[in-house]
Amino acid sequence: MTSRKLITALLVSVSLVVSGTALATAKRKPAKHVDAPPAAAVPQEAAPAADKAATDANATPPAAPAQESTAATEAAATSPTPEASGATQPAAGEGEEMSHQDWPFHGAFGTYDRAALQRGFQVYKQVCSACHSMNLLSYRNLEEIGYTEGQVKAIAAEYQVNDINDDTGEIYQRPARPSDRFHAPFPNKQASMAANNGAYPPDMSLLAKARHGGPDYIYSILTGFADFPPGVQHASTQYWNKAMPGHIIAMPPPLVSDGQVQYENAGNTPQTVDQYAKDVSQFLAWASEPHMEERKQTGTKVILFLLAMCFVAYQAKKKVWSDVH
Amino acid sequence: MSLDAKKEREPFDNKVVDWIDSRLPIFTIMQKEYGVFPTPRNFNYFWNFGAIATVMLVLMIVTGIVLAMYYTPDASMAFSSVEHIMRDVNWGWMVRYMHMNGATFFFVAVYTHIFRGLYYGSYKRPRELLWIIGVVIFLLMMATAFMGYTLPWSQMGGWAATVITNLFSAIPYVGDKIVALLWGGFSVDNPTLHRFFALHYLLPFVIVGVVGIHVWALHVTGSNNPLGIDVKGPQDTLPFNPYYTAKDTFGITIFLLAYVVVTFWFPNAFAHPDHFVEFDPMKTPPHIVPEWYFLPFYAILRSFTFGVNPYVALSVLLLIGGVWHIYQKPGQISLFGCTCSLSEGDKVQRVVTLLGLAGIFMLAGYFSQFVKGDGTMLIKLPLADIILAQLTPKLCGVLAMFGSVILLAFVPWLDFHPVRSARFRPLFRVAVIALALDVVLLGYVGSQTADAIKFGVPLIYVGQVATGYYFAFFLIILPLLSWIEKALPLPQSINEAVLAEKGAH
Repeated sequence: MTSRKLITALLVSVSLVVSGTALATAKRKPAKHVDAPPAAAVPQEAAPAADKAATDANATPPAAPAQESTAATEAAATSPTPEASGATQPAAGEGEEMSHQDWPFHGAFGTYDRAALQRGFQVYKQVCSACHSMNLLSYRNLEEIGYTEGQVKAIAAEYQVNDINDDTGEIYQRPARPSDRFHAPFPNKQASMAANNGAYPPDMSLLAKARHGGPDYIYSILTGFADFPPGVQHASTQYWNKAMPGHIIAMPPPLVSDGQVQYENAGNTPQTVDQYAKDVSQFLAWASEPHMEERKQTGTKVILFLLAMCFVAYQAKKKVWSDVH
Repeated sequence: MSLDAKKEREPFDNKVVDWIDSRLPIFTIMQKEYGVFPTPRNFNYFWNFGAIATVMLVLMIVTGIVLAMYYTPDASMAFSSVEHIMRDVNWGWMVRYMHMNGATFFFVAVYTHIFRGLYYGSYKRPRELLWIIGVVIFLLMMATAFMGYTLPWSQMGGWAATVITNLFSAIPYVGDKIVALLWGGFSVDNPTLHRFFALHYLLPFVIVGVVGIHVWALHVTGSNNPLGIDVKGPQDTLPFNPYYTAKDTFGITIFLLAYVVVTFWFPNAFAHPDHFVEFDPMKTPPHIVPEWYFLPFYAILRSFTFGVNPYVALSVLLLIGGVWHIYQKPGQISLFGCTCSLSEGDKVQRVVTLLGLAGIFMLAGYFSQFVKGDGTMLIKLPLADIILAQLTPKLCGVLAMFGSVILLAFVPWLDFHPVRSARFRPLFRVAVIALALDVVLLGYVGSQTADAIKFGVPLIYVGQVATGYYFAFFLIILPLLSWIEKALPLPQSINEAVLAEKGAH
């Protein structure tokens, strides 16, 4: 009996560990992992330097630990790369600073804050969408964050899209409809790079899932711009960002002053850079995972069902085995 | 089986059932194989994982077929078609997440199942073929999972496909041709995606077939049990139904609970951010990692920073000689037509000498290829720079990675100890638990970058030691323990052991 109980306990703990690890990974990821540089955002000139530093770090003999850490720190200081700073614990001020927010959509029953999502959409529309596309979203999706059908129609109609005349086959422009995808600022990737000094402004539909740290990372980038530390060489099209892996970013600070975006129905919401960053991070989190609320609700129902089934199955098993034990 | 069933068929009360059964004895077979099938009465919960793996296989196929109804295997549309499933298809997100995390839990179940087999000696006579069929299933699963990883056409999937298919280029002479065949061209591109999709759809059904054979073989020999002793009579067994149907149902439900928690709350816990960026063949991500279930093998692949020079080759020959001697019974042995006598004392001496020399030459071979940080060699040995038979570090890594799985098929003969269960083999028990921990450690090493350093120790060395243990376990420890280990006394029968255990409480 004891060994059987032990094994049961072991199995239960294994399943708990599996889910626990998943939980821990999900939570720890931003802090622990040093993000890969979204190469797109790193301007072309920076790439060779980063590669070289990585090669240097590789070539350094791992034989003498003390030397190694010095070498890595130096590499991080002269040209910070994810490899170099990942090899040792980054010293204070060396690594990327990720600011962890208490998002309302975190937690087992967390939901999106519709008002924040709508404000975030306004930030996207007025600021981000100048360079960043969101090709996977349609205007109709905005109904999911609380806009009415009429409002969505009005928002869509602000944009002109190409269409084909059914009778003549000619291409003409018409106002966008809710079923149309979000209007992209550039016709293609090459055009977007040409307009941005060779750096590609990534599509934002999945951005919150495509970066370590997700919405925390986006918020940290938006609020992480600072002056270059003295002595750091950079091109005029590069900026310093505390949260960016490698710290050098090609995107100019998008949110520069409080009051930059005039919120509709602002209420008591402060119209500050910090608030804009929070709101747009939440909007992008929703955009990358629009079914999260439905997912958690469904999951809860499935768990309740399985718990009941588990109880029944256990009782049945106990009864069946009662004449053997 | 069916002929016997026809002859000895008991009529069924239900007329429709009986009509069918007299023409196709499917009910009789089910009754025989899953109804009254005699099953050892002392299974612990480790024996649930076969049933759990079957449930996961069915779940993967059902969700996979639904996904295939919406997925487009075209390089220009694959990524957006997956996002279409995630966003627009009714319940598409749920089916996709079930499939994605289902793979993870399928492997959790199968790894536990394999470990159970190793720990309780389920591969031993008469279940060798059953075990080998299991290894075939494992290989098919790995191929299927790898191709599935590529289908969303993300940065991670596309580049993982590039890295893994490129491994085949290490094969001398035909490597490049094989790679071109796998790719359907000269890079990972649209034809690659098409053939991966075709095979990803096909292989699961092959797996179903092989699982059928696996179960068939199981029902010929009957199940092993935690004591590892043979069933001696009806008092040792219980009918499969209701005892094990009830127990499996409970076990499956518990397992599904863990699966559901991950699927609905942490669906992307195992997904790297580069899964959400579309594949760009022109831009290599800085950190390419396979799915977690391949990480131990990935670590083995990367551990080979050295090729086979004359010292390593000699070491392998000595190792074969040493292990060969372990298999020889003292007395007259004949080798290449020469007959000589071998006493137990000679045998010990020879095995120790050969294995010892093998170890020394392996170290010499390794360190003579060890390049220090400043580019100079650690030690200089003559002939150390000759790499034999094109066994370059890359090819060695590839062979070791595939070999580490293939090796499992030979376990029934590498371990020839008469006692099955680790419960009665204290040394084997320690070694096999160490193997499990070793594989976890390899997985951790595989998840880190190649030049990662933890606590001042470069992880590549940790990976090399762990790889060494992995192979030593199968190639040296298993034969050696089979020869020297004295087992604890075995109980007379399963029933007796169960009663004794009950009496103790």
